[in-house]
Amino acid sequence: MGEIQEGEWLGLTPPDNQMESEVTLVPAGDLAVSIEFESVLSPEVNARVRALDHLLLKAKLPGVLETVPTFRSLLVYYDPLVIAWDHLTALIQTLIPHARPERIPPGRRVEVPCSYGGRHGPDLEAAAERLHLDPDALIRLHTGAELVVAFLGFTPGLPYLMGLPTALNLPRLTTPRTKIPAGSVGIAGNQGVIYSVESPGGFWILGQTPLALYDPQAAEPILLRPGDRLRFVPIAAESFQAIRQAVVAGTYHPLIEEPPERPA
Amino acid sequence: MSTITVVEPGLLTTVQDLGRTGTLRYGIPPSGPLDRDAFILANRLVGNPDTAAGLECTLTGPALEFHGEAIVAVTGADVPVIINGADAPTWTALRTNPGDFLKLGAVRTGCRAYLSLSGGINVPPVLGSQATYLRGRLGGFGGRSLQKGDQLPTGPAPRPLAELEGRRVRPEWVPVHSPTIECRVILGPQADRFPPEGIRIFLESTYRVTPAADRMGYRLTGSPIPHRHGYDILSDGIPLGGVQVVGDGQPIILLVDRQSTGGYTKIATVLSVDIPRIAQAKPDHLIRFREVSVAEAHSLLGTHRAWLDGAIERDTA
Repeated sequence: MGEIQEGEWLGLTPPDNQMESEVTLVPAGDLAVSIEFESVLSPEVNARVRALDHLLLKAKLPGVLETVPTFRSLLVYYDPLVIAWDHLTALIQTLIPHARPERIPPGRRVEVPCSYGGRHGPDLEAAAERLHLDPDALIRLHTGAELVVAFLGFTPGLPYLMGLPTALNLPRLTTPRTKIPAGSVGIAGNQGVIYSVESPGGFWILGQTPLALYDPQAAEPILLRPGDRLRFVPIAAESFQAIRQAVVAGTYHPLIEEPPERPA
Repeated sequence: MSTITVVEPGLLTTVQDLGRTGTLRYGIPPSGPLDRDAFILANRLVGNPDTAAGLECTLTGPALEFHGEAIVAVTGADVPVIINGADAPTWTALRTNPGDFLKLGAVRTGCRAYLSLSGGINVPPVLGSQATYLRGRLGGFGGRSLQKGDQLPTGPAPRPLAELEGRRVRPEWVPVHSPTIECRVILGPQADRFPPEGIRIFLESTYRVTPAADRMGYRLTGSPIPHRHGYDILSDGIPLGGVQVVGDGQPIILLVDRQSTGGYTKIATVLSVDIPRIAQAKPDHLIRFREVSVAEAHSLLGTHRAWLDGAIERDTA
């Protein structure tokens, strides 16, 4: 790969010379490579992952089949008989210095209605007590933050959210629940989630959204995308069922705002 | 273009094609056949492209009534194939006529049989694929396994049936399903989270398949594998064949319907060419792991694809 100058093949400007933490490439079997950034839960590290994901997808390398961004790593599936390991890893190495957060296209703005507490949020009171907050203050902190979808995973369409205020940092439940209803909104370990299907889980459940994050019958079964900027909007428990019915009927359209076009 | 009536669904029969690409980033696994080799050969026997949809039949196969002329082939597990009461061979392109009954019995060896017919099963693609993702109730035939009375639409045969009838996989190339299998692995992506003793135990022990073994993953039991600094990691992507070691030190091999991401250490990853061996393993079967390098794995994959390309006799296509 000596003929390829760093970044030139993608029309990228030279990278910053600032020192950044080491990135390692580790084989994940014969059909995937894991690109691992610093092992910390940090919006900055996750933004680098998403930036590299964006650059790799834009590069449309023959033999690169799909990518899975997560908190601090990017899993790249490839066909080694189309793109050889040495070639692929060399190309990735040339992209890494360019994987800067400002390269990520702006995310969509999404509002997620949420009914807090009561049967929709069985852990709200306990979480508030543990955090030395009153429940209303907790809700204000949770709805006041703009959260970023760091990635989707575990079950179809389940978002891992970053950007919660540190005042909402809780450890996972010591005994995970075996059944959490779809739409449940949880926090733990400075992360937020919205359970997309009924599943077990260890997050503190603050509330529930009537939105369907995963609908296998829909033309687009997944509601959210990595990089979406999300805000919870409190709704009264009484309106949950009406919104839910409208969601099922296909007549409820949550606010999803596309980002303004950016000059290429 | 015709239909097939499901007279008996079998234990767990699903419509599969080669699976989805590009949906793992949304948390949706690829699905597709667990024994990809057997699935591809079944399609090639009946003249279909590799991507055509067919049936994956688990342990006990379905009984089907055909309403049109077709060429069918059954591959994978060694299973009795009965057409109108008469035994018929596996790994062979068979002619069926309108009104024919085809029944797959209980597997003699192996675990999953594949049935393809000329023209394929014609269900609408969902997210670019006809594969069934059972836990997500997505794709395939209504997102579920087949039930009695289902009418499966079939597509037009890609080639004249007379050209296809009687084609077969070279007998010496038909896999023998053994109750003890070896799976080659590449160590990692989290091999560094295990002490040398943990790696040694993993590679030198024999693990038994537990009843918790399905398209999502195979849970194994055997010598516990110790961790170096606990078993949890910041959730990352799980590759096909990823071997998770959870808190009790027991390995789980994750397969085509796996969760896209997870927070447990993965000691190693099974080579794609050895996933079909797992597909044909049943509870109580034994698995041993052997380490190979990335270069060795890629060379094996090249050899394997060439082997698949030469597996069918009289192949004039």
